[in-house]
Amino acid sequence: MRHVLAPVFALGLLSGAAFGAEPVRIGFLSTFSGPSGQLGQELLDGFNLALDQNGRAIGGRPVELIQGDDQAKPDVGRQVAEKMVEQDKAQILTGVNFSNVMLAVARPVLDAGAFIVSSNAGASQFAGAQCNPHFFAASFQNDTASEAMGLYLQNKGVKKIYLLAPNYPAGKDFLAGFKRAYKGQIVGEVYTTFGQLDYAAEIAQVRAANPDGVYFFYPGGMGVNFVKQYDQAGLKKTIPLYGPSFSLDQTVLPAIGDAAVGAYASAFWAETFDNPQSKKFVADFEAKYHRIPSPNAAVAFDTARLLDAAARSIGGRIEDKPAFQKALENVKFESLRGNFRFNTNHYPIQDFYLTEIVKDAQGRPVMAVREKIDSDHKDAYVGQCKMPPAN
Amino acid sequence: MTPSLLIEQTLNGVQFGIMLFLMSAGLTLVFGIMNFINLAHGSLYMIGAFAGAATQAATGSFALAIVAAPIAAALAGLVLESALLRRFYGRDHLDQVLVTFGTILALNEATRILFGLTPLRMDLPSALAGHVEIIPGAPYPTFRLAILAVGLLVAASLYVIIMRTRLGMWVRAGASDRQIASAMGVNVPLVFAALFATGAALAGLAGVMAAPILSVQVGMGEPILILALVVTVIGGIGSIRGAFVAALLVGVVDTFARVLLTPALGGMAIFMTMAAILAFRPKGLFPAHG
Repeated sequence: MRHVLAPVFALGLLSGAAFGAEPVRIGFLSTFSGPSGQLGQELLDGFNLALDQNGRAIGGRPVELIQGDDQAKPDVGRQVAEKMVEQDKAQILTGVNFSNVMLAVARPVLDAGAFIVSSNAGASQFAGAQCNPHFFAASFQNDTASEAMGLYLQNKGVKKIYLLAPNYPAGKDFLAGFKRAYKGQIVGEVYTTFGQLDYAAEIAQVRAANPDGVYFFYPGGMGVNFVKQYDQAGLKKTIPLYGPSFSLDQTVLPAIGDAAVGAYASAFWAETFDNPQSKKFVADFEAKYHRIPSPNAAVAFDTARLLDAAARSIGGRIEDKPAFQKALENVKFESLRGNFRFNTNHYPIQDFYLTEIVKDAQGRPVMAVREKIDSDHKDAYVGQCKMPPAN
Repeated sequence: MTPSLLIEQTLNGVQFGIMLFLMSAGLTLVFGIMNFINLAHGSLYMIGAFAGAATQAATGSFALAIVAAPIAAALAGLVLESALLRRFYGRDHLDQVLVTFGTILALNEATRILFGLTPLRMDLPSALAGHVEIIPGAPYPTFRLAILAVGLLVAASLYVIIMRTRLGMWVRAGASDRQIASAMGVNVPLVFAALFATGAALAGLAGVMAAPILSVQVGMGEPILILALVVTVIGGIGSIRGAFVAALLVGVVDTFARVLLTPALGGMAIFMTMAAILAFRPKGLFPAHG
């Protein structure tokens, strides 16, 4: 039996290589367990939707998706990523949502010769001095949403702003990004314990300081708690809330409910975007998963589409690394975000919008686009990147 | 800090303390009287919050949700107690920590499968959603005043039940000496099961009272469990009075430390308070046994 089948297998392998049917192996490392497990699911759902619509193929080759859970821990992420590139021979790694996980994961993955195309984490390190020919962020650089909101409030002439964020690296990065663009008076800058539940004391201090607005970055459950309590204290009407989309997107809005209505978010994509591909994406996502997608899901969808477009432009030959790198750098695809291209540091150049939280026709809170804040927004680190030649 | 801000922050501290008391009361009862460390108390709090949010989503009634939550948590507590935890009453504390820690993981996963990872919410009826201007210039959320009232009511009822009723006497007898109480005709296993269910119901009540303020999500029981353990230890294990005083202390200390100190110090303040109190009173403020 074996004798008979062996040539058939051999032929199969040969023809596979010849016709590009050898699968593209993609490692999808993200957070699937614990309180942040929702983020990984959101990213995976967006990525899978794009793959499904593309016949589960990238660049005309079938996709072998290797899923892994980093448990939001850098050391766990590193172990899983190493297994993905060494044992499972993943050629592309994506999905990582936490920047501290990305920092632990990137080096071993890049050293093993795989590409990283981030669908979320946008650490400043890889945008600046540590930029790498095989590292791409299809998402955003972490500071940019905060810069956009700072820019908006600066342009609008808002004089006094109160800042709030959790006391951890990303909290400080977000407020630093805000202050880079906003030159008005900062009347309070408060860092709260990570995971804090009750914000009554901080909210009382905000009321006493009487600023013209509050800029806050509270991801996940912290944001739900803060926005609900801020609204219950009756402050939202007198002192408006401003945040990056990460504090006010569909991962938290259903849990905040009406308390979020009237708050403002800076966003590179919103579920109410008025372009055909975005409308189709929202409709398809809702039909399949029965919820409105967040920007995380949209970026993951874009990531899969971008990989496909780049791979297709070189006939699926992603093993030719310099060619695949060039193809990614110059990728042309219909981004959900409309205007999208890679900068020289492989981070996006994209537009930012001011959105207001309103209720949609079914009474669900959504981000409604109010105005464009900035076109072709670039991150602040690109100047520090001396991109090494392709290899 | 102006006088009105000082009053407002004190009120915030007391109100946060009362919320912690609701959570700690059941924990300290089970820990002190049954000598059982129940880390899954936070999971019962989560069950209360989810039961409340789900009931409101299904029926639209806030009142029904408030009633359903403690019942759901008590039922869950009874099932847990009779099927699993009962077997660990005689074991040492490490075994109890392990089994209840495992219970947390299992209940979190079960909740994720049932409700998904997107947090739920519980809306307030309009009568409770507003704010009252009890301090001039600083409107206070009505619902937080409601939490204060409920907490005080629970504290008073527990005191009366444990100190003034036959049921309370059985509970105290079972705690002092299980075998003698048994010999005197007290059905200790039944009393313990009832006590565990009461503790679970209190956790469920705390969960549903927190649900309109906090995010109803998988794993919501763990951060509050840590605070409740601090309250229990400061107050003296098994003492309702101790839990009440310690909860208020922790609430007020935490509130003022957050406002007045740097973030790192503010976050540590309650733990430093605990260390300081234990240095002078190793059994807490009001130890229940000797």
